[in-house]
Amino acid sequence: MSMSPALVAVGISKSFRAVQALDDVSIELHHGRVTALLGDNGAGKSTLVKCLAGIYQPDAGRFLIEGTEHRINSSRHARELGIETVHQALSVIDPLDVAENLFLNREHTRGGWAGAHIGLLDKRRMREECTATLSDLDIRIPSLRRSVGSLSGGQRQAVAIGRAVAWGQRIVLLDEPAAALGVEQTQRVLDLIANMRDQGVAVLLITHNMDRVLAVCDQAVVLYQGRKCAEVDVPDVTKDDLVSFITGARGTG
Amino acid sequence: MTRRSIHKQASTGLPSPVEAWIDRYRHDGGLRQFVVYFAFALILATFSIILHDDGFLSSSNLLNIGRQAAPIAVMAVGMAFALAAGEIDLSVGSVVALSSLVAAEMVGNHGFLIGVLAALGASVLVGVVNGLITVKVRIPSFLVTLGMLGIISGIARNWNDLQSLPIRNDRFSGLFGAGGLGPVSSLLIWIIVVGGLGHIALHHLRWGRHVLSTGANRDAANAVGINTARVKISALVASATAAGFAGILLAGRLSIGRHDLGEDYLLTVIAAVVIGGTNLFGGRASIVGAVTGALIMAMLNNGLILMGLEVADQLIARGVIIILAVALSMREAKES
Ligand SMILES: Nc1ncnc2c1ncn2[C@@H]1O[C@H](COP(=O)(O)OP(=O)(O)O)[C@@H](O)[C@H]1O
Ligand SMILES: [Mg+2]
Repeated sequence: MSMSPALVAVGISKSFRAVQALDDVSIELHHGRVTALLGDNGAGKSTLVKCLAGIYQPDAGRFLIEGTEHRINSSRHARELGIETVHQALSVIDPLDVAENLFLNREHTRGGWAGAHIGLLDKRRMREECTATLSDLDIRIPSLRRSVGSLSGGQRQAVAIGRAVAWGQRIVLLDEPAAALGVEQTQRVLDLIANMRDQGVAVLLITHNMDRVLAVCDQAVVLYQGRKCAEVDVPDVTKDDLVSFITGARGTG
Repeated sequence: MTRRSIHKQASTGLPSPVEAWIDRYRHDGGLRQFVVYFAFALILATFSIILHDDGFLSSSNLLNIGRQAAPIAVMAVGMAFALAAGEIDLSVGSVVALSSLVAAEMVGNHGFLIGVLAALGASVLVGVVNGLITVKVRIPSFLVTLGMLGIISGIARNWNDLQSLPIRNDRFSGLFGAGGLGPVSSLLIWIIVVGGLGHIALHHLRWGRHVLSTGANRDAANAVGINTARVKISALVASATAAGFAGILLAGRLSIGRHDLGEDYLLTVIAAVVIGGTNLFGGRASIVGAVTGALIMAMLNNGLILMGLEVADQLIARGVIIILAVALSMREAKES
């Protein structure tokens, strides 16, 4: 594992017309560590994630990935740089089935001319690998052939998480991944996060649940109205500290 | 897959293909996906009974229906891709005329192959322009293609002063309408070929999955790195190309190119596609359904004529039936 942080974002600013969603925010993600990104609704968390995922281009700021400066031009580029994302509005495609969603834009094609030139899909291989991956991650979905739109909210979320975890080699961004999940499924997501951390992935987790932060996160960055108001090592703080950062009552400067 | 892939079978045990199919069928809309096939059977049965003495079921009449259906079916396949991608192509009727004229002009002067390629090339070009303006200038495709409908119709009318251009090429007429394989009209074969290719493209090519993804949830498709702008352009090209091929089929059957071929097809084509289970607003498409929808439309047309309705009454009856059918299939779609 390289010594440089997996991802460093420096001085990120982004505004939407009159709204300054992010103002000079810097953040570091490290291999084998889980970073919590906290803040009230509208604090700018999802906007930051979208900048890191190549969906928004920041107005100012720069990114270093494994120590090398990159512009993250597009979501395709972000994926190529090893950044996988579960967005708050889930990026699953309802009419496609589970395997098709897991392999979306990374499809296996058949060998030979038809695979190489017209993109003839190898559906069987994708289904087999999907089955293996999901069972490996202990994600249970009733049928891989069913369209994702016919699954429950929790199962859809599991598909989105499974995709990020399965492909996320270096950096995984999770924007409120457990929002629609029950207790048991949430625990499974936390286990997956811990598992990724142990394998050296840099994880960014957005959540409103302080118990989860304390349970699984190593460090926390708190946004308040688009600015970074606190950056702490989780073992050094209490739940009350985190809440007071989020509400803007206190900051670490 | 990559790091975390262990290629073992799921511990829960895979459902058999039959179980998987039943499960999928139950959860993805159940019987509703088959409405178009029931409708087809129902209309066929009804006309067979009430028009029995008028020869509805005679092989020559059925062949006639198939011939009528061919251009509609081909256009419906293309339109299904435009709709699946979340766009619509209102210019298809004019592309039929343009294609027939280009084919007539070029087959006469430069022979069969150049004629066909030129007609298809002109259609592709229209699709590219439709797509580029829609995506790059961000004008909704219904406006872009409505404008294009006017432009191409004007060009077609000016082409030969509203006169038809004759096509005297046996190979062209034989392959695209007049001839066939034994008793089977070439037009029926083209329905199957285009329908089959469309079905494979939608379900078994990466492109088809990306078209559907783009129409279902453009943000999500973008988020996984799909170039949704390019996908939308390609879907409009598919629609225009299919319309161009429908123009070739009409030109072949009639042995002419003319400015008004395909003029009144738009509503029929959209109705065929929507009845067939394609969502008017993207994200759901059925090619087999669209072809069946086209057969239904041709059957209705034929039945109403055999029933002896005046042209005016036919128009009214067809309009009412189309609105009813589309309303029904859209209600089904919303419920599922
Ligand atoms: N695409 C957008 N257009 C306009 N305003 C936006 C857009 N995305 C986010 N915002 C605004 O930016 C601010 C931060 O939003 P967001 O990043 O979604 O917050 P969070 O995820 O922390 O709840 C909010 O005021 C929101 O209204
Ligand atoms: Mg958010």
